[in-house]
Amino acid sequence: MPPLLEINDLQMHFPVRGGLFMKTRQWVKAVDGVNLALNAGETLGLVGESGCGKSTLGKCVVRLNDPTAGQICFEGKDIATMRRGELKPMRRNIQMIFQDPAESLNARHTVGNILEEPFIIHKIGTPAERRRRVAELLEKVGLSPDAAGRFPFEFSGGQRQRIGIARAIALNPKLIICDEPVSALDVSVQSQILNLLNDLQTEMGLSYLFIAHDLAVVKHISDRIAIMYLGKIVELADADEIFRNPLHAYTKALISAIPVHDPRQRKQRILLEGDVPSPIDPPPGCAFARRSWMGCPPEWLDRPGTFKEVIPGHWVEVHPATVENYQQYLD
Amino acid sequence: MSDSILQIRNLSTGFETDDGLVRAVDDVSFDIPRGKTLGLVGESGCGKSVTAMSIMRLLPQPMGRILSGEIRLEGKDLLTLPDEEMRKVRGARIGMVFQEPMTALNPVHRIGKQLSEVFRLHTAMSGKEAWEQSIEMLRKVGIPSPELRAGEFPHQLSGGMRQRVVIAMALALKPALLIADEPTTALDVTIQAQILELIQELQAEMGMSVILITHDLGVIAETCQEVVVMYAGRVAERGNVYQIFEEPQHLYTRGLLDSIPRLDTPRKARLKTIPGMVPSLREMPVGARFAPRSPHPNAKEYLNSDAFRTTRPPLIEYQPGHWVENAEVVRPWNDSAKDAG
Repeated sequence: MPPLLEINDLQMHFPVRGGLFMKTRQWVKAVDGVNLALNAGETLGLVGESGCGKSTLGKCVVRLNDPTAGQICFEGKDIATMRRGELKPMRRNIQMIFQDPAESLNARHTVGNILEEPFIIHKIGTPAERRRRVAELLEKVGLSPDAAGRFPFEFSGGQRQRIGIARAIALNPKLIICDEPVSALDVSVQSQILNLLNDLQTEMGLSYLFIAHDLAVVKHISDRIAIMYLGKIVELADADEIFRNPLHAYTKALISAIPVHDPRQRKQRILLEGDVPSPIDPPPGCAFARRSWMGCPPEWLDRPGTFKEVIPGHWVEVHPATVENYQQYLD
Repeated sequence: MSDSILQIRNLSTGFETDDGLVRAVDDVSFDIPRGKTLGLVGESGCGKSVTAMSIMRLLPQPMGRILSGEIRLEGKDLLTLPDEEMRKVRGARIGMVFQEPMTALNPVHRIGKQLSEVFRLHTAMSGKEAWEQSIEMLRKVGIPSPELRAGEFPHQLSGGMRQRVVIAMALALKPALLIADEPTTALDVTIQAQILELIQELQAEMGMSVILITHDLGVIAETCQEVVVMYAGRVAERGNVYQIFEEPQHLYTRGLLDSIPRLDTPRKARLKTIPGMVPSLREMPVGARFAPRSPHPNAKEYLNSDAFRTTRPPLIEYQPGHWVENAEVVRPWNDSAKDAG
């Protein structure tokens, strides 16, 4: 079975314009050569910190951004360069859930109107059928049907996220891009939403690209996890494998930074020096080399690493500054 | 007395709203032990930030008001101090760090100047001395090339760097107590680790006490010795960190601990949840406020009872130093059928 979604050499560069003639001075290389495949029925977690490009990548898949290069193949068809007319039917299959439900729900529409909209846009069903479907959707996400007559502001953050999920599943999509769907929610509500997403996946055969910065949450919901740093994927493996056997220095630092919920296990952390880097005109070569506690031989500072499958199913950017005993992985 | 740097007794704080007076903090009492870190944990609307603002007497005016209680800093009740005195306490005796560094930083002044100002306002230092001390503080909080960075504006620094500057300002006068309100929530996880480490180092070096306010139980487990769990404006449970994590006595605390996905939770397993949501402050009952969400078998009965409407559950000492709100329906119960299974 070919993958549901295949991303090849994807690039999303934003120009930074300035000066009298608004000339392009610099480039924000938000996504800088990403290769990723997602299989039907799978949840692929995408983890990284601010500025790594994970949200930008998600937006490229739903064409909220137009990629500057590369391919996004959904069920074999490249949607990266498709025109609006061709994209519209594709949108039934690929949907998005956003971090801030308050921002993504139209405050002036009732919940019923918000949920009916996808059907109206794609000309599905009679008004009566649509209303029935809206009631079904609300029930599916754990809300009462009378929510349809109310406005988003009348609901809590967790409930608004449920509405956002109901809208995303309305047309029975195949793939949902979840962009930090639980980061803005209280802890006790996060688990409700994660359970809901898992249940819907089983019930509806959904695939998820789950974008987040919280590794514990991502581990819980994902089958495989990709770690992103400064526009590139630096490690990709099965979720359990990434935690059992992290190979990339950055992955190790991320895992080490997670506070552990056990006061008896206060650990020695790997502390990274300095700041999360900016994607504006990044230095050539391996992005992490300068920040890695493993150090970097000077001749390798400007040389890029090689992203390879070093163990079956486990990919990593191989470079002396990122992987121990890197020589064994390079031919 | 000498064991605690700060004693909060029966603190109640309210806000005037269109619907009348809303009590965000409802008769809260706890002590901050000298030289230790106390974690104040709870979710939205629990009153933890308002408690911190009450200690600093920085409630938004005119809506915010301390209704009753005492807050004793080394014996002196802060709530009865004249404004002039309280201003001296802020900064010199108590430092505060907020979630968003830009609430403390002036965007149009260079950071060196803002830090110097703290010294100039509270001490007799000359301009030159204040500048030198500022550079030292910046170095101490881990800002590289502090002499250069001191001449920059806040927007030229990253979030993590700005937070370090704010910590430098809060600690410049070596206060006895630091209140950190979600200091790392807005930061990336690797930066969070750096900042938490920094606070712990400075605390050890300066013998300072810290109140760390957060919703992140992992951060509490890693950094705190004492914990106060708040729910809907009241203390639900308090004790030392081992007691709270290993023997939680309030169903809310248990629910919180159980619902967090941890690294050892089996993948895609159903997470335990606390159903429902935090109640609105406008509709607060007198009885146990967690009851509507409690999994206790007698919860429904309690919700219909007079006790729920009229009786506030007391805090009892379950074991030395470990206190919990004592109402049957918010305490763990013995389910023999469950145990047998």
